[in-house]
Amino acid sequence: MNLFSILKSLTLKELRGGLAVTGRYLFRKKFTVQYPEERAPMSPRFRGLHAQRRYPNGEERCIACKLCEVVCPAMAITIESAQREDGTRRTTRYDIDLTKCIFCGFCEEACPVDAIVETRIYEYHGECRDDLLMTKEKLLAVGDKYEAQIAADRTADAPYR
Amino acid sequence: MVNIEINGKPVAAREGSMLLEAADEAGITIPRFCYHSKLSIAASCRMCLVEVEKVPKPLPACATPVSEGMKAYTRSPRAIAAQRSVMEFLLINHPLDCPICDQGGECELQEMALGYGNDVSRYAEAKRVVHSPDLGPLIATDMSRCIHCTRCVRFGEEIGGMMELGAPGRGEHMHIATYMEHSVDSELSGNVVDLCPVGALTSKPYRYSARPWELQSHHTVSPHDCVGTNIRLDSRSGRAMRVVARDNEAVNECWIADRDRFSYTALEHEDRLRKPQIKRDGVWQECDWDTALTTAVEGLKQFAADQLGALAAYGATNEEHFLLQRLMRGIGSANIDHRLRQQDFRDQNEQGPYPALGQPIAALEQNDAVLLVGSNIRKEQPLLAQRLRKAVRGGARVMAINPVDYAMAFTLAEKRIALDLVSELLAVAKALLEGSSEAVPQWLTTAIVGVAVEESHRAIAGTLRAGKQASVLLGAGAQGHPAAAELRAVANLIASLSGAHIGILAEGGNAAGAALAGCLPHRGAGCQASDGIGLDWKAMFAAKLPGYLLLGVEPEYDCIDSAAALQAMQEARFVVAINSYASVAMRDYADVLLPAATFAETAGSLVNTEGQWQGFNGAATAPGEARPAWKILRVLGNLFDINGFEQNSAEEVRAELEAACAQLPAAPAAWQPKAMSRLPAGLLRIADVPIYAVDAMVRRAAPLQTTADADLWQIRLNSVTAEKAGFSSVVEARLIQGAGEVVLPLLIDERLPDNAVYLPAGLSATVGLGGGFAAVELTHA
Repeated sequence: MNLFSILKSLTLKELRGGLAVTGRYLFRKKFTVQYPEERAPMSPRFRGLHAQRRYPNGEERCIACKLCEVVCPAMAITIESAQREDGTRRTTRYDIDLTKCIFCGFCEEACPVDAIVETRIYEYHGECRDDLLMTKEKLLAVGDKYEAQIAADRTADAPYR
Repeated sequence: MVNIEINGKPVAAREGSMLLEAADEAGITIPRFCYHSKLSIAASCRMCLVEVEKVPKPLPACATPVSEGMKAYTRSPRAIAAQRSVMEFLLINHPLDCPICDQGGECELQEMALGYGNDVSRYAEAKRVVHSPDLGPLIATDMSRCIHCTRCVRFGEEIGGMMELGAPGRGEHMHIATYMEHSVDSELSGNVVDLCPVGALTSKPYRYSARPWELQSHHTVSPHDCVGTNIRLDSRSGRAMRVVARDNEAVNECWIADRDRFSYTALEHEDRLRKPQIKRDGVWQECDWDTALTTAVEGLKQFAADQLGALAAYGATNEEHFLLQRLMRGIGSANIDHRLRQQDFRDQNEQGPYPALGQPIAALEQNDAVLLVGSNIRKEQPLLAQRLRKAVRGGARVMAINPVDYAMAFTLAEKRIALDLVSELLAVAKALLEGSSEAVPQWLTTAIVGVAVEESHRAIAGTLRAGKQASVLLGAGAQGHPAAAELRAVANLIASLSGAHIGILAEGGNAAGAALAGCLPHRGAGCQASDGIGLDWKAMFAAKLPGYLLLGVEPEYDCIDSAAALQAMQEARFVVAINSYASVAMRDYADVLLPAATFAETAGSLVNTEGQWQGFNGAATAPGEARPAWKILRVLGNLFDINGFEQNSAEEVRAELEAACAQLPAAPAAWQPKAMSRLPAGLLRIADVPIYAVDAMVRRAAPLQTTADADLWQIRLNSVTAEKAGFSSVVEARLIQGAGEVVLPLLIDERLPDNAVYLPAGLSATVGLGGGFAAVELTHA
């Protein structure tokens, strides 16, 4: 151990250097996000909870083409289809198992009518497995509630597609 | 052979073949839409344009005959440019609705567009919209998707025999439609679904229910007629979703009948048995298999063995027929029968090993003279009729001796329409003997005395004799005739006198297999003599047997004498039914219902009319606790403590049966009729089994029951008979046959002979009526 290092230890140089950094940040502007009062900024492409959309006239968009079902790498989507009384092709069952879903967004990419979308919602929970099985009714309810935001997000992203 | 060169590769092509066929044989793919190997060449889609050396313009490969030294290029820049341009034109008017199109995922246009289409269309104008006609309950239409390949039109003209679809209009106004607004009623109409390269014609029952990529395909065989049609049953998570054709040149080529295609819709019918049930104090109770099987065995054991009878369905598999007869013979009863649509068994010991066509199915096309006896072949065996139609198009003369002037898909060269089929056949035999010194049996010489021979009989005889390859085919009308034994005897003689083949167009799906398996009172498996001759169904009903075991039959529908069957079942003290479905009447008379799997859910094999064994495995999951019938029979055998019920798979059962059938005995000497039986005088009922009433499954296929072919709820008379009986202006009439009667609309039908009343069997309206060619009474309703 040489003289220089002895001096360094005795004068607590490193400790004082560290405390200086602490002191500096103590008086700077804070950038911590105070969740849940504050939120971090989000991209319109954020892939959160799924929703099913409707057209402005209230008609559901989904046409039961089953492309999302076949593209889903986690096999989280289950669809049954049939002809509705008016002759259109519709789902009689549309389930997304959120415990399987990996939020890759392929379903949204595959959808030819922008029916299945992933929203900005990430705060949801389930108290049992059933709560995390999104049925057609639940998905449509999410879509109905957040349609304004969903539509705005699709518009914002449209130039890049 | 012609030597040509395709893409620089030397190819030897058949003389007269088209470039596209030569390329196909050499394994070179040329895109196409309108070309189909079984149809004539239209060259309308232009997708197969290829470059041929020394020809200034690209040529359609499907319509360019090969010539010596021809050099074609299918992948040259000019060929590809031509193909891409054609694709661009085809896509101009094609809607972008692949996501809702049932063809999506298996669409020829979709596939070709991937290879030859552009990603962006240059066409910005309005797309054409075409009205989609309603073609009935089987075919869904979306005519805006049509690319005018005209395969469906050519199918109707060339194969189906009904020019129902056409292409009126020209250029942009061309569209596929029925000339007059009506449904497509051909019994082969479903094939246009397979033929259509796009989603313009799709299956209505299958509509929007599944995607092709979700389906598991299973190869199986249709049990609804004796052809043994090869089908592919597609299922999704154990549920049968659709049936499509499977190629087999020797049997069905690439066609299937609507009956084979849409019968699967009955698999989830509400009548389907899902759990074993026993009747206690007149109330049905669901129970477990153990209880049901022990109840069945105990119930059957209360009678002496010879007091038990077993009835089997025509369409049951070989394995089921084999185990049923082994069970019955093991118990000690030979009262086993499956021939519920026949009523004359006098010649049963002299019949061949099984009802056989006597020639390969494919050979029917090569016949140049065919005599149909009592056969509505077009509705009974649609695919055999299709073969005959091909023969007729090639110049063959097909003739018929029928009780009804059935509509055929070809012109009959000669026809005799009469109730008394025996006299008609005798007249043909007499015409054959005119001026011939051939030795004939004594009974025939006696029988033809006094039989009037007309010009048409001579024409039939002459045509049969002149034919290089001639056939006499006995249909269901002859087999179910009260004098069927005489008919068979005379027809056999006509065949031998004229040098024709004799063939039987067996009723039901597996009559050949049932006979080989020994599901007969007088013969065991492999046509071995039975230990003790049992009773046929008529004798069983007459003997009032107290115990019955039913395999897949609903006697009141399947038996030609519905009245006798219903009475026998109701009077029986204990009836065990191994069935997939339970009718209302069955719930009344049965005591134990054992749910069986249908052909779609079990493994087994069928023997078709040419004697070909075709095996298949289960394609769908049986609902509830339904089990394959061969397994139910095996357990019953074990509960009765009979040896020979240790098989672990349907293949093992089949192997045992095949071993038994390895050495079939030679056909015995012909049966000799003593005196020709006469039909009763007065009004006689003709009761054939309609195309969509042949078995329990078909009877419950909802789409088939709404077709024009199922609309038979009428009493039909010809105008002469109606006038004579005073019914010419009557809307409804009451038909009384024995104890049964029914009130139905009256229809004048000139296809019937005099003194005939036509009311088919196998309908719920005709349950409780007697059999065909029997006296009936008509009164005002």
